[in-house]
Amino acid sequence: MGEVSPLVILVAAVFTNNILLANFLGMCSFLAVSKRIDTAAGLGAAVIFVTTFTTAINYGIYHHVLVPMGLTFLSYIIFITVIAAFVQFVEMFVERFSPVLYHALGIFLPLITVNCAILGVSLFMIIRNYTFMQSIAFGFGGGVGWTLAIILIAGLRQKMRYSIVPVPFKGVAIAMVITGVMAMAFMGFAGMVTIQ
Amino acid sequence: MAHSGPVVCAVCGGSGPCDGKGKETLRAGVWVTNPVSVQVLGICSALAVTNKLENALVMGAALTFVCVGTNLFVSLLRNVTPRRIRMIAEVAIIATFVIIFDQVLRAYYLEMSKQLGPYVGLIITNCIIMGRAEAFALSNRPVVSMLDGLANGLGYAVVLGIIGFVRELMGTGALFGHQILGAEWYTPNQLMILAPGAFIALGFLIALHNAITGVNKPEGKGN
Repeated sequence: MGEVSPLVILVAAVFTNNILLANFLGMCSFLAVSKRIDTAAGLGAAVIFVTTFTTAINYGIYHHVLVPMGLTFLSYIIFITVIAAFVQFVEMFVERFSPVLYHALGIFLPLITVNCAILGVSLFMIIRNYTFMQSIAFGFGGGVGWTLAIILIAGLRQKMRYSIVPVPFKGVAIAMVITGVMAMAFMGFAGMVTIQ
Repeated sequence: MAHSGPVVCAVCGGSGPCDGKGKETLRAGVWVTNPVSVQVLGICSALAVTNKLENALVMGAALTFVCVGTNLFVSLLRNVTPRRIRMIAEVAIIATFVIIFDQVLRAYYLEMSKQLGPYVGLIITNCIIMGRAEAFALSNRPVVSMLDGLANGLGYAVVLGIIGFVRELMGTGALFGHQILGAEWYTPNQLMILAPGAFIALGFLIALHNAITGVNKPEGKGN
């Protein structure tokens, strides 16, 4: 993966390999908060911030601690601990220094620990053998892509509140189907850039 | 699906270590409160690995293994785990079982391990396991907790199996890689093995479950 520009990875992570619509990561919180645009945007901002930094930290730990010591099988447990600790730390930091931001993001921060998009980005980084800059671009792009998808679908779901949906499809089922349609729309970007 | 209930209850005898909750627990996990089609948990992997039936079944087995193991240990340790750090203790237990499964898969079935990619590791953040540990294992005895883990794991595996079956059959005309639908009259619908097919297949499955059980999610809870 050494030769691909981080910028290409950034664009690919947002559009062609969207972490939600192509890799299905972060679905749980996606269904829970994609009912309103403003909450979706709040969580999205928190996800972008956390993925970017945890990817960088996990990259450092994986390549400079785990690989030299031959402990790569511990990567899962280390990654999730880093993510949980980072989220906790960010929460305390924001609460102390910016109460306004804390109240804006407040409830979304703890939720992020169990957002599989965050762990997924770190795992993809290892599997695809990204360099440091590529990892950061992928982490940031993954967060942006997730946010873009969730905001678009929140917009649709907000409108759908006034539509008549067949009874068994009410709720989650129709949300899945429109997400499928959105994924189809994003497939239109395929071929623009590819990463794998 | 629910018919496997009485067998387990005969094992426990109703008064044994399963506290007479065996049948009920199993039925709840597999059908009534199925983790995927009713509670809509753990759908990341349910969508990602179901492009082939084989992958779907291996993933179902992985989740069942981790869920049973986690529930057993969370339940065994429930009286000595301080409440404030129980989450991190649960995550550590889950991660341990995921690592065991991952290492075994890599040692004996490398091809499958590569196909599943990061989704085995992502079992750690699968809400089903954390949810069962929190909601069930923390307040129940070990054996019945294991049963609950088994039931929810099976419920997940059954849903994955159905989606994997539909997607592989419609998307490639094959099952387990063997051609089932004749190539001369069936044109595979490639969309089904791609991402949109996964979302749409799960949407229809949830709707089908709703239609059979007659559950119409009350408005306000829905979209």
